[in-house]
Amino acid sequence: MSLLEIRNLSVDFATASGKFRAVDGVDVTVDQGELLAIVGESGSGKSVSMLALMGLLPWTATVTADKLEFDGHDLRKISGRQRRRIIGKDISMIFQEPMSSLNPAFTIGWQIKESLRKHTNMSRSQRQDRAVELMQQVGIPAPEKRLQAYPHQLSGGMSQRAMIAMALANKPKLLIADEPTTALDVTIQAQILELLTGLQQETGMALVLITHDMGVVAETVQRVQVQYAGQRVELQEVDGLFENPHHPYTAALLAALPERAIEKRLPTIPGVVPGQFDRPQGCLFSPRCKFADARCIAERPTPAGRDLGYALCHYPLIDGQPTGKETAA
Amino acid sequence: MSDPILIATDLKRHYEVKGGFMKPNAIVRALDGASFSLTPGKTLAVVGESGSGKSTLARVVTMIEPPTEGQLVIGGREIGPDGAAGDRKLRSMVQIVFQDPYGSLNPRQTIGQTLMEPLLLNRPDIKADERTRRAREMLTMVGLRPEHFDRYPHMFSGGQRQRVAVARALMLEPKILVLDEPVSALDLSIQSQVLNLLMDLQERLDLAYLFISHDLSVVRHIADEVLVLYLGQPVEIGPKDVIFDQPRHPYTKALLSATPVADPAERKERIKLTGELPSPMNKPEGCSFNPRCWRRLEICTKVEPPLQGHGHCFACHNPVPDDEEVAA
Repeated sequence: MSLLEIRNLSVDFATASGKFRAVDGVDVTVDQGELLAIVGESGSGKSVSMLALMGLLPWTATVTADKLEFDGHDLRKISGRQRRRIIGKDISMIFQEPMSSLNPAFTIGWQIKESLRKHTNMSRSQRQDRAVELMQQVGIPAPEKRLQAYPHQLSGGMSQRAMIAMALANKPKLLIADEPTTALDVTIQAQILELLTGLQQETGMALVLITHDMGVVAETVQRVQVQYAGQRVELQEVDGLFENPHHPYTAALLAALPERAIEKRLPTIPGVVPGQFDRPQGCLFSPRCKFADARCIAERPTPAGRDLGYALCHYPLIDGQPTGKETAA
Repeated sequence: MSDPILIATDLKRHYEVKGGFMKPNAIVRALDGASFSLTPGKTLAVVGESGSGKSTLARVVTMIEPPTEGQLVIGGREIGPDGAAGDRKLRSMVQIVFQDPYGSLNPRQTIGQTLMEPLLLNRPDIKADERTRRAREMLTMVGLRPEHFDRYPHMFSGGQRQRVAVARALMLEPKILVLDEPVSALDLSIQSQVLNLLMDLQERLDLAYLFISHDLSVVRHIADEVLVLYLGQPVEIGPKDVIFDQPRHPYTKALLSATPVADPAERKERIKLTGELPSPMNKPEGCSFNPRCWRRLEICTKVEPPLQGHGHCFACHNPVPDDEEVAA
């Protein structure tokens, strides 16, 4: 049985100019101890879908789903009190900007011990011991001293380690890392990614990595979910995705990587991600897709089969060529 | 090949910070002795971690700040200690594009006003209708449409704003364009559009680029020469292919190996760098990289290595051997 199962999740925001659909029918499945990446550009709904799971969205958001299940709990039905017992204990999350996600008014130690205080019956000295142990686990030197430091006294890499220590405090079954290394330098990024994957193997927790960096995806995860404009457009094993992407968006995105370029001029994707008012009627990628035809503009596609990476496309690509066009034309 | 348009020799920029009560003032050596040159039609990329002095270098080259020491010659004219004060000709030769296209455009000005302002300030001899004509022309040159002239920045996407920022920098017909992380705030699908635009413009206008970035895959694509900075000092400089294929300085090698490659088949051995960039206020003795270096020798902790070589220079006592596959 999978640890996390989300079916047909949608999130609508009430804005001054009407409803805005940030997440549009997304499915996410995570097994125990699995490493999944969710990739997409800004506005693809990758963070919002995970925030919806955590119950961290503001009141303007309406969350609907056919299924939202974590470890046997139906997260749609439980009360706030019950939810808080799971969040921070069995599911925890790391955010993009360590500097602004930590509370500047409290010491690192206080913030790490807070979740221990809420979720366990540990005594004060046990909490201290656990906090020191966590700091060592994430590779912070001189942990006793650093526990008394305030966030502004730590560098970006150190703050991110402290955030990870906090998220790991209660040995979560699922850790969601939302762009954990985007604000960091490559050398520090390498350290943090190694730490995260190491911990995932050691503790057997599942890890969902939200990112926009294809390099990070290629080097760290097993399964990749590609999102575009709030929809899941493809789900594949990492090797298959890079070798033979089935959705035109994935293919175009990979082609736009400078390191994959063959010529001096890079292949581009024309246009921009659709916003609130120019959401296409049919396939959301159709205005930017080089394979799009009349059917793509008029009709919403349905996901293809497993062997085609569940590509949300009328004509999924195989080796860069669209399939099934003859029958439709 | 044409002659260099900008020559920098041993460029330094130090800042003094107040030490506080009973403490002496400290000196931050943000940029500590960089030498390089820029040639029309060529791109010099500057790479390094945050705190390595990349942006300080950009500010000095753009004459926003004068160098503390060293010589900066632009178009045959030397920049004095009071910078380029009063010299509008010199200023219009070097223009800059900033990282954040959301923060670097005035939200109260239309795109047209934004583009015409540099002319208004620096070229009072140009008449109003000529100004408008030039601004509209520039708009089409960077791939925007003429109707965008009267719109405000908030109506544009990030990629379009960055195009506006490039257009504004080009209004004074500069010879040198300093690009401070021009694509790092942009999404991947937009990034390639802006990179293509920059390459097109360079070809058409014969511009010299100083391209500052921390993204090595972008640098590899766009640069002709690469300068690697560490704690304000250049540790390696050379032609792009040499730097990427045969880096000699351990830091360059580590930086390259830390960069993720978008190819799952190519999982390589990483050189693990422990620790972080030390504070530029108290640099380590000897080679500034020695506390994190995996090829450290006795001498590294005592003597600062000089930058040596022709064409491809590096500052290291124990450089990475020429044809080493994976560092031990």
